[in-house]
Formats: sequence, C-alpha cells, structure tokens
Amino acid sequence: MENYTLWKQLLTGGEDIGFWKEQYVYFYQAFIENDRWLQYIEGVGTTIVVTACALVIGVILGVLVATVRTAHDQQRVGQRNIVLGFFNAIFKVYVTVIRGTPMMVQLLIMGFVIFKTSRNTTMVGALTLGINSGAYVSEIIRGGLMNLDRGQSEAGRSLGLGYIDTMRYIVIPQAFKAILPALGNEFIILLKDTSLITVIGGKELVHAAQGIVDRTYEAMYPFFGAAAVYLVLVMIFSWLQGKLERRLRQSER
Amino acid sequence: MNANALISVRDVKKYYNGGRVKALDGISTDIESGEVVVIIGPSGGGKSTFLRTLNLLEEPTEGSIYFDGVDITDPKTDIDLHRQKMGMVFQHFNLFPHMTILRNMTLAPMRVLKKSREEAEATAMKLLERVGLADKALNYPKQLSGGQQQRVAIVRALCMDPEVMLFDEPTSALDPEMVGEVLEVMKQLAADGMTMAVVTHEMGFAREVGSRILFLADGRLAEEGTPEKIFTAPESPRLQDFLSKVL
Repeated sequence: MENYTLWKQLLTGGEDIGFWKEQYVYFYQAFIENDRWLQYIEGVGTTIVVTACALVIGVILGVLVATVRTAHDQQRVGQRNIVLGFFNAIFKVYVTVIRGTPMMVQLLIMGFVIFKTSRNTTMVGALTLGINSGAYVSEIIRGGLMNLDRGQSEAGRSLGLGYIDTMRYIVIPQAFKAILPALGNEFIILLKDTSLITVIGGKELVHAAQGIVDRTYEAMYPFFGAAAVYLVLVMIFSWLQGKLERRLRQSER
Repeated sequence: MNANALISVRDVKKYYNGGRVKALDGISTDIESGEVVVIIGPSGGGKSTFLRTLNLLEEPTEGSIYFDGVDITDPKTDIDLHRQKMGMVFQHFNLFPHMTILRNMTLAPMRVLKKSREEAEATAMKLLERVGLADKALNYPKQLSGGQQQRVAIVRALCMDPEVMLFDEPTSALDPEMVGEVLEVMKQLAADGMTMAVVTHEMGFAREVGSRILFLADGRLAEEGTPEKIFTAPESPRLQDFLSKVL
C-alpha cells in the first residue's frame, strides 16, 4: 500500500521505476485501489444474470419454434393443419430475420428504437440475446429431430404409438443426446455475446472494465482481467457439459 | 372385395416426382387370415414400398387399402389404431438404442394398450423366453448380435398381439450365420397360425413357409400363386428370368 502510493507518485512524475514496479502499480490500480475488484464482481453478476435469462428465453423460444416447424414438416400429406401452417410461416420469418442480421444491430434497435424509454438495460439486453439465441437453438433442435434415423420414428409409429408419444419417448431422448454439443456451443457463444450489451449501456463485465480504463487511462489489466473471467466461466461450463455428455453416453453401454 | 380378407389392397399406386417414378403401378390383392404371403422380386421393383403401404408408412398416391374392412387410406381414419394390430419388422431392426430390451418391448403395450407395467413385463418375458433371449432383458440393443436384435424386434411387435405381421427384408442386414435363427422364429410364428406378409430374398423360406407368393417387378404384380406354381412352373418371362438368377 505504501509502496504503491510512493511508486505511483514517482511514475506520474515521469520517473523510471523499473518494469516490475510499473506493472505492480498498473495491476494495483486496475483491481485493488478503491476496491475496484468489486466492480468486476458486479459486472460478472450482471453477465451471469443476462446469460441465464437469455438462455431461458432462448431455450423456450427454440423448443417452441422447432416443435411447430418439425410438426408442420412431418404432417401427413393432404392433412395440413392451417394453424400450424400460419405459425410455421411466422417462425420461418423470425429465424430468417434473426440469423440474417448482426447481433450488434439487433441490440441497437432493441435498445434505442423499440425500448428507447426503458432504463432497464440488463433486461432489454437479456431479451434481445434470448430472442437471438432462440433462432439458433430452434435450428439446432430441428436439425437434431430431423436427422435422427427415420427408422426410429417408423418403428415407434408401427407399434401404434402416436406422433407425440413417438416424439416424447423415442425421438427427443435420442435427439437431445445428439444436439448436446451444439447446444453447449450455442450457450458459450451466448455467454460471450453478453459483452455486446455494453453498447446499449448494460452494466456487465466489459462495461465495468471499460469504466476502470476510463478512470485510470490504463487498458491492459482491466481488459485482460475481463478476458480471464470469461475464459474461466467458459472452462467451468465446458467441464460440466463434458461430464453430462459422458453420463448420457454411459446408458448405452 | 373378398369378405374374408384381413387386408384388401385395391389398385394401389405410389408415384414420386409427380408421376415420373412409378414405385407401385396399380396393385390389387387380398391377404386372408392365417396366410403367409411372401413378396419376392428384383431390387427396386416395389416390394418394400408395397409392404410399407400396408401400414401406411408410405401413403399411396392412389388406391385403397382395407384392413379389417376399414379403408385406412381415408384421411379420416385413425391410423394409429390400426397400426397397433399390424406388427412390423424392419431390415435394420430399429430397436430403440436408449432403452433396455425389456423397455423396448413394454413401451407400446403400456402407452397404447394401457397395460400395467407388471402385465406388460410378464408378456415380454414370456415372449423373450420363447426366442431364447430372456437373459438379455436388461441389456441394451447394442450389446446384442444382429440376429438377437432381430429376434427381439419380432417379439417386440408380438407384444402388441397383432393380427398380422409385416416383415421388410428381415434377414438382409444380417451376417449369414445369423439368418437361420431369425428364419426359425418366423417359421414358428407361421406354424402358430400368424398372418404374415414377408418381403425377402430367402427363396428357401418362401418355398417352405409361404402359402402364396407375390412376384413384384416394375411396380406391378407380375405373377402370383402357390410356391409350387411360382418355383416350378413360372409363367411370365420376367419371373423366369428372375428365378434363373436367384436360384
């Protein structure tokens, strides 16, 4: 502490205090001075909240869209359901628009056009990310459902099981296992994309780091710090995902 | 229409690509209770497509199929109700890999027939014993040989107590030494009086077990008759040509 005050004075006075002492000063002012580490923690808190909310929205939307679109595509010829067709068309547009525009632009539109009077940037960010993620999740799920060997659902149907039972007991459990890696990947992307909500004023991890950079005029440690936190979060998640995958695979041996 | 027929097929056509490919080009026949109908013919001749239309896994483009006197091609028919009574065995077994053998066999009886677990498991075990696989009940499909999996697939269908069994090339995906064990189960089934429709390349089986042979080529029923007639006195040149290649 005393070292820090002294060295900092020397440094701002333009004196050469040596490489390691200089690094110490920058590190100290990026994380410890004024208890700045608390700001990172707060930022991470928001990051996790946004990720969690967006994940829930994304999965619900994704499952809904994938279910409707798959059910629509698998109808018997000559028995097309009009309601299903209507929603199928809407969801198709949704997926096309979301996948066809950049995440950043979607955030700007949501933050500054649609919810321009809202001050709750965290929730606007979560909603935007959730809607974005839903489009990708729906395509992942749809791919999983459609790619499963047709013989599996044929075997279910030929035993007299209905479409819904066949989906529930035969197709979905197997598709889930198959899409888990892709879903995990989507989740990781989502977690990292929360950093973008800083453009609409979301107070997450990057926002905290940016604030400290603005105050200390030193960018390296705050941004390295933020990067390290993302990395650790992703590594923890990947480890959990690997455990789940191994566990699911065991049931077939 | 023959009143005794369990399944009546009337002028069934199946076209692909707007009629450019004619997988089935007008097939009519009756399958009576207790019959073992064996369907033979060259690859791409429509055998599998024909069999699969019988329980509507393929929907005919035109024509009707009556099962128990009900037109199942009518969109208003609840096909699930009729499929319960038609067991199907596939070339690639199609057991559910994420379930034990026992669960494979009890799922449909419990969900569709609303049987209790005890009842469904008792039936399943009895059938597994019949095919000598009772000790595999708690194994997963991947742990079984191809022949064992196909025997399970047959008894899985039997768990629903079907009125007819459809076999779609049940031995084509098997190693040669396993073909016998599956055919043996099918022979037993036939001997017990089960109505069967079998697509196969096993001419020995067709001859020995079949009560009637359908010869399908180019989507048409080119010739039909008793095994005796088909194998010893084939009439159409198409059939003569086919038999000269496979026998």
